[in-house]
Amino acid sequence: MDVLQPPREHAAPAGPMLPAPAELVSTRRDTSDTWTIALRPLSGEPFAFAPGQFVMLSSVGHGEVPISISGDPAEPECLIHTVRSVGLATAAICQAQPGAILGVRGPFGTSWPVQAARGGDVVIAAGGIGLPPLRGAILEMLAAREHYGRLVLLYGGRSPDQLLFTEELERWQQRGLEVLVTVDSAGPEWLGHVGVVTRLVRRAGLDPVTTVAMMCGPEVMMRFLVVALGDVGLSADRMYVSMERNMQCGIGHCGHCQLGPTLVCRDGAVFCWETVRPWLAIREL
Amino acid sequence: MSELESELAQAPVFAGLSPAHLAVIAGCGREQHVPSGTVLLREGGTADTFYLIRTGAAALEVQSPAHGPLLIETLHDHDVVGWSWLFAPYRWQMDGRTTRECALVAFDAACLRGECDADHELGYELMRRFAASIVDRLQATRLQLLDVYGRAPASA
Repeated sequence: MDVLQPPREHAAPAGPMLPAPAELVSTRRDTSDTWTIALRPLSGEPFAFAPGQFVMLSSVGHGEVPISISGDPAEPECLIHTVRSVGLATAAICQAQPGAILGVRGPFGTSWPVQAARGGDVVIAAGGIGLPPLRGAILEMLAAREHYGRLVLLYGGRSPDQLLFTEELERWQQRGLEVLVTVDSAGPEWLGHVGVVTRLVRRAGLDPVTTVAMMCGPEVMMRFLVVALGDVGLSADRMYVSMERNMQCGIGHCGHCQLGPTLVCRDGAVFCWETVRPWLAIREL
Repeated sequence: MSELESELAQAPVFAGLSPAHLAVIAGCGREQHVPSGTVLLREGGTADTFYLIRTGAAALEVQSPAHGPLLIETLHDHDVVGWSWLFAPYRWQMDGRTTRECALVAFDAACLRGECDADHELGYELMRRFAASIVDRLQATRLQLLDVYGRAPASA
């Protein structure tokens, strides 16, 4: 398989540094520190995006942060984000109430190669807050289920109460997604897997010749996932990762998110592992 | 090759062993079916029997007076439950309990240790495989200790 550059399907509109106002229409608390919010652009225009892209989301007076889009690309009238409250801006976004106006710039960046993966198997590996950036890809692939072989989700979380989209996972299973979930720690009432997500790779029984891997989560986790996938025979050109760096402008101007010769906001956040592997081996990067 | 030997050959810890060695190992094992909640290992107990899970699941736990059983790891199809039978003083270091109905192969540890003493090639091959399994699970445990999901990411 040739190295595919992740597609850049939807460019940001003119004036990409100008936040477009969007109204918060609903909010749902997923875990102790994570909320899923739905926004509707005040322009009334649908917000076209590809799965894996992100926006710069702002709350006036609190700041702007890069947040992946966790919504369904087939439903562009509403912009869905799953946000973990970890700082001033994300806390303000998570605590915003319906009717609040937030700023949106984007969408930015590359997307998951869901079209290129057609005809084969796909393993989606996510850890913690890494599942939301993959949700759009999952929904898009399930909507075209007949074009794929096996669809397998390997999902790792800190503990059962920190798992996201638990009800949806069951629905996805019914639609043909094989779901393997593990947590780092759990009480005796938990009957699922306990252990790191890398331990699920061997259990998944993947065919390395036909499988494309899409991964998102803590970088440490992805590094070890890549090793585990390599151990079962997947080549680097069949693995895709979503990288996190200090993204600020979103359009490759400020340079804060530089990773080797690439800018994560412009050339990623979704990269083929083949592309970023050399840069991640350099510790200072 | 017997059904049990074929079954053993599918487990990573026994994969690649010669048919002769598989036959020796199978000779120390017997099939066993147990319900969920069965205690397989008890911390401090004599490590005289270890298990290969054919189907089902088990949990490794450490008892804590303040918190009850602390679940360390779960084990599933083709995983081995119990390493302490390999090393003196042959006492389990933690509890092992089935969390689902299990089809197991229960191995007589003294029998297998005796076979390894009698045939060092078997002993070496078995030790090599168990060491790989131990390293694999040690590495996974190290990752668990990192608590990577608990750290604040740069975005999202």
